[in-house]
Amino acid sequence: MCGIVGLFLKDPKLEPQLGALLTDMLITMTDRGPDSAGIAIYSSAGKGLGKITVQSANPDADFANLDGDLKEALGAPVALLVKSTHAVIEVPIGQLDAARSAIAHLRPAVKVMSSGENIEIFKEVGLPKDVASRFGVAKMGGTHGIGHTRMATESAVTTMGAHPFSTGADQCLVHNGSLSNHNGVRRELRRQGMSFETENDTEVAAAFISHKLKQGEALGAALESTLTDLDGFFTFVVGTHNGFGVVRDPIACKPAVMAETDEYVAFGSEYRALVNLPGIENARVWEPEPATVYFWER
Amino acid sequence: MQTFDLGKEGLRALNSSLHALKGQTNMTKWEVINPKGAHAIAAGVDANVEITVRGSTGYYCAGMNKQATILIKGSAGPGVAENMMSGTVIIDGDASQYAGATGRGGLLVIKGNASSRCGISMKGIDIVVHGNIGHMSAFMAQSGNLVVLGNAGEALGDSLYEARLFVRGSVKSLGADCIEKEMRPEHYELLEKLLKAGEADAKAKPEQFRRYGSARKLYNFNIDNASAY
Repeated sequence: MCGIVGLFLKDPKLEPQLGALLTDMLITMTDRGPDSAGIAIYSSAGKGLGKITVQSANPDADFANLDGDLKEALGAPVALLVKSTHAVIEVPIGQLDAARSAIAHLRPAVKVMSSGENIEIFKEVGLPKDVASRFGVAKMGGTHGIGHTRMATESAVTTMGAHPFSTGADQCLVHNGSLSNHNGVRRELRRQGMSFETENDTEVAAAFISHKLKQGEALGAALESTLTDLDGFFTFVVGTHNGFGVVRDPIACKPAVMAETDEYVAFGSEYRALVNLPGIENARVWEPEPATVYFWER
Repeated sequence: MQTFDLGKEGLRALNSSLHALKGQTNMTKWEVINPKGAHAIAAGVDANVEITVRGSTGYYCAGMNKQATILIKGSAGPGVAENMMSGTVIIDGDASQYAGATGRGGLLVIKGNASSRCGISMKGIDIVVHGNIGHMSAFMAQSGNLVVLGNAGEALGDSLYEARLFVRGSVKSLGADCIEKEMRPEHYELLEKLLKAGEADAKAKPEQFRRYGSARKLYNFNIDNASAY
């Protein structure tokens, strides 16, 4: 199974509530995926700043004085906000790549969850309500976000195997389904210079789209090519710094419901996930068509 | 009228109350409020009662229904009226995947659109869809009638047995062994009845429909195809 929720806000007035709305949606999808949960949330770090979300199995040791060490390595201001096993590091936007390399050197055991202008990713094993509360997701604001509850099929139940997967700056993808040609696609993408953290099929889909975007394709076209090049069952929801996209495979076994109002576009694996959204009674609610790409950009 | 607040009392209490209605009952009218997309609402009812669900439902609403009339004042999630035996289910909105799957009897009316696999493996149910249906509908459908006022998606009636399919709009493609068939007087008569029962007689006339059925070529093993297996 697996559960997906997503919310793309059109009305800035709702932005302070993004985390709270997504948390409620995510918890409703617990019985579709009680193994692990994750959330990608997009909010600006502030002018000229970028952020890196990192994760550690030993946060006390790894995050101690990480900001100080990083500041010294980069010669630039660094802000560090620890949230349980994750930490969000803010650096000048031009220093993102340098900061990533420095983190890899300074704290080799630390994993990078995401990096970019707006994105933060928090994911862990455990029930969605526990995952959401340990990171304080309900208090977060932002412009758009995607959440996932995982019932594992293709790889182990680990933090790194949880969704969302981020394989490019400000990009993320979550998946309900399973891919059958991911090993072949991963080999091909590796040859083209993409790198992988896990044996997970979804990470391959994320990297496939990131690779297309890197080559200059638009989000819509990149999603379109998943229909020809990826084999298996999938409903994907993807996020970029300013966009939100949905695509389902042509067989479309994996459920999906969308709702749109003047205030937002919402996605849920089931209608249940959407029932507490403001104004849902008057929303346009529909099932996204198979083999059809939907995306919204601000 | 019995009003049941699903948000307060929970699904198990609702379904056990409905299952307890056997034979004669004075409680013939039920209303379910706050369905909020919950699963299996009013599944397994076996009584001549009318149940109105005020809102949209999740998986398997009205599954295995016998006798009851179940009205959904919203849209229905996957597998609505799955394996219905008898009775009537009327959905005001849309229905998700495999509506009426394996249904053996009764009438399912969808006033909006139905998505993929509508009427898959149907075995005697009548389904009337006022809008469109998605791909692979009536796959391996064995008997009963599927009436569609709108269009049908890809591979309609793949590996069809003896179900009758009537479509007013376009059919994106026919599945293996499904062909268009002539409309004979008995089909116009049947359609007239089904449109009326399906509350669609004001919207469509029998002569606007085309009929699709089985070419009956897949029924038996054909020795000429042996090399293909």
